[in-house]
Amino acid sequence: MIDILIKNLPIIVVLCPLMTSLLVVLIPNIFFSWILTTLSTFLTFLFSILLYQEIQIHSHISYALGKWMPPIGIEYIIDKVAIIPVIIISGISFIATIFAYKIMPEEIEKKSISKVYSLWLLAIAGLLGLVTTGDAFNLFVFLEISSLASVALVAMGAHKDKQALVAAYNYLIIGAVGATLYVIGVGLLYGITGTLNMADLTNRISDLNNNRALIAGFGFMIIGIMVKAAVFPLHIWLPRAYAYAPSAVSVLLAATATKASLYILARILFSIFENSENLINNTLLFVILPLSLLAMFAGTIMAIYEKDIKRLLAHSSVAQIGYITLAFAIGTKASVAAGFIHMFNHAIIKGGLFIAITSIGFYIKKRVTINNLSGLGREMPITFFCFVICSLSLAGLPLTAGFISKLYLIKASISSDDIWIAILILISSALSVVYLWKIIEVMWMRDGRKIVIKENPTIYISLIIITILNIYFGLDASLVVNGSFEAADKLIGDLK
Amino acid sequence: MITIENFILITISSPLIVCVLTPFISKNTILRDCLGPIGGVISSWGAFNIISSALNNQNTTLEIVKITEGVSIGFEITPLGAIFGLVASFLWIFAAIYSVGDMRGNKEKNQTRFYSFYAMAVHAALCIAYAGDLLTLFIFYEVLTFSTYPLVAHKQNEKAQKAGRLYLSILVGSSVILLLPGIIWVWVATGSLDISQNGVLDGKIDEAYAPLLLVMFVFGIGKAALIPIHTWLPAAMVAPTPVSALLHAVAVVKAGVFTMLIVLTNVFGIDFLAKTGASEWLIWLASFTLLATSIIAIYKDDIKARLAYSTISQLSYITLGGALATSMATQGAALHIITHATGKITLFFVAGALYVGSKITKISELNGYGKGDPLIFLAFFIGSLSIIGVPPMAGSWSKFFLMLGAAESGYVVVIGVFCISTMLNAFYLLEIPARAFFLKNEREINLKIPKLILIPTLITSFITILLFFFIEPFQNLTSMIVSKI
Repeated sequence: MIDILIKNLPIIVVLCPLMTSLLVVLIPNIFFSWILTTLSTFLTFLFSILLYQEIQIHSHISYALGKWMPPIGIEYIIDKVAIIPVIIISGISFIATIFAYKIMPEEIEKKSISKVYSLWLLAIAGLLGLVTTGDAFNLFVFLEISSLASVALVAMGAHKDKQALVAAYNYLIIGAVGATLYVIGVGLLYGITGTLNMADLTNRISDLNNNRALIAGFGFMIIGIMVKAAVFPLHIWLPRAYAYAPSAVSVLLAATATKASLYILARILFSIFENSENLINNTLLFVILPLSLLAMFAGTIMAIYEKDIKRLLAHSSVAQIGYITLAFAIGTKASVAAGFIHMFNHAIIKGGLFIAITSIGFYIKKRVTINNLSGLGREMPITFFCFVICSLSLAGLPLTAGFISKLYLIKASISSDDIWIAILILISSALSVVYLWKIIEVMWMRDGRKIVIKENPTIYISLIIITILNIYFGLDASLVVNGSFEAADKLIGDLK
Repeated sequence: MITIENFILITISSPLIVCVLTPFISKNTILRDCLGPIGGVISSWGAFNIISSALNNQNTTLEIVKITEGVSIGFEITPLGAIFGLVASFLWIFAAIYSVGDMRGNKEKNQTRFYSFYAMAVHAALCIAYAGDLLTLFIFYEVLTFSTYPLVAHKQNEKAQKAGRLYLSILVGSSVILLLPGIIWVWVATGSLDISQNGVLDGKIDEAYAPLLLVMFVFGIGKAALIPIHTWLPAAMVAPTPVSALLHAVAVVKAGVFTMLIVLTNVFGIDFLAKTGASEWLIWLASFTLLATSIIAIYKDDIKARLAYSTISQLSYITLGGALATSMATQGAALHIITHATGKITLFFVAGALYVGSKITKISELNGYGKGDPLIFLAFFIGSLSIIGVPPMAGSWSKFFLMLGAAESGYVVVIGVFCISTMLNAFYLLEIPARAFFLKNEREINLKIPKLILIPTLITSFITILLFFFIEPFQNLTSMIVSKI
């Protein structure tokens, strides 16, 4: 029994949320639909932990769907690289589901709650499928599943604020353009190689250096994924979508959605096209590197001038995605590892910040803008304290997870002789202190109107969990660091 | 028998306990106000034991967590750290008593918050003193900044908030942009952050880069207040006087120069500095700061502003001592941490006492006030003499060693700098007791100073005299700093 389970784990991780998503929609009761969703995300998380242990033994698990052997059939691959986003997505979605319990009924019509949970699970399934699949076209399918589900989830925010519809529409159109570009790229590659299996693609591409169709296909794929990963300047859908989505959805999307696409980006750059060295090096140097640097500064500066806190955090996400792509752009083993470290850490940091801000929105029953926050820090000490810890983590101060990211990012850039990049990283993270401090100061020092707020344990429990994670991974980074270095080892291997 | 490891824990955790307990007993004001001095006594008891262990040359380390390869958090006793730890914890006793008097005298709001963060700041300073590596040092350097912010912005008016923002942006900004990268650079170059050696960079880093790295450290350590990153210190004077006294004359700024000395002697190493000449520019920068701020101090009429500029000037003595890179100068710099601390805290105590007593903030208003309370001006006089460097006050020792060091290093100009600065010190500090005692005031003099303020002030001024005669153990410790070279 256990054997069968373990053998089928790669697909079970995806199927578990996918199947429950179909069940949840049948349950009209708010509480029971939530219980089922929680159970499903918990099981998914459990399965990904099992997968993690399995990966420690066999470093590469391949699963042929329906016993159709690859490269003909669809293959699911879990290796030391893929396990990182799997853990991030399943873990965060579990925490976000706990958080959703009180928040969701507040913001969404009672009768559509179970549908929302169904979409919720569908989005998670899509994201997990995205990172486990080893088939370029199957990847497109999951990309669309997760995007369409997320668009619908964002649109659900319309119950509170009609702006959500505009945000969802933008997300839909831009997301669809991105996905289309990607699928055009896949089509071109299929045309010249005749395969859709990623591993097979890698082998066949090596004979096709400087083929124009190959370069065009690569360009389409990369741009399509960059839209999804919200790499500057293709991020324009992101701030609105995060800002107007229902609170719990913002948490889920901010912490997981772009991470999956960033992982795909790394896969395309360093795995599928690993043999087209020239192409990759040029892309890294002339496209990804400048865009990442721009993202770091543009996102941070936008955040400094932003008044709406959810949007502010969204802009900050754009900057943080810039750090991750920057790490990829440097292109050494150490830097790619730093990228994965930050991918993980940013998920727990941004998850924590979004939970804190949206729970403040829940307590004050208003949009959270900088002026609405006056003096709230003293009214809700637990939420405020956790927010401060996550902020420090984002700014990269020692003892928090964010510090480890910065440490390895800077080490990687110094050891590849790019000291100026290290300096830019530092300036940008110092700037991020500006907007974080602005929030903290208003919450703590400014006197606001007196409102009595009673913090609700069902809401802050998830915040506390994620804050503890932020501190834990700042104190004992070995798990993340080793995992990321193994991943980078696998991706770049003996290339550099 | 308590082990030295436990003494470290006792010393650093007692202010932390005070910080945590204070909000819980805020209803019982008497008990709450007693917590600080009690914590100070326990903490300095530990610090005295640590000093004696440091004198016996015991090597004690205490690792708390290991974060990743070569990066950990832990504590260790170094001679310099033992000195700084004793200064911070011992003076905390008197500052804590004083702050009760000051808070009550001025009827300040939010007293509980004040006491709590005050103890937190002391905790951070002590952790800096006993830090075992650069990362621990950096962490508590930041904790110190953040815990002092609510104290600086305590009055919560426009001016205080503006000062608080400047305070944070300069200190956090400089440390995050320059100090942290400097530390990471050391980690990348040497693979460890250890500070127990006399210099780890020799041979690990390109000598051409050494001045650049030193620039990052010098301007990253904003708390050492060298021009042009000194502006936070005068701005921070908007805080209540106990904060200016303990934190902006002792804990915070001494943490800055302490870090500076650690960087100069234990990271770079005196030999490496002397060999590469990397610190030559620092000698001139420190000399310039030393003289320029002394001159600015003359033109300040506000008592606390004048003392603030005087502090900046005195901090440069310490940096200069480190930068001269000779054993005498380093000893002088280390001694100056103690002697300046006791002197300057007395001066700030008096400034606060005058404010509590009759709301005086300006020097020009002081005429004839010596009649009101001669004792307080006597304390100021003693403190001033110590800072000027007149025997038999403690300050004369450190100046003596610094001058010797300057002579030893061959920078004769620096001796001149010290001499001019001494004259300037005398000029701007002695004006205050001179006006109080010798000038007449037509208005009626009304100066009532609470006992809780007067007594700690007198004690600290007495300590400056006492230190002159009992400097020997400290001098032994400072000679241990340089003995391994």
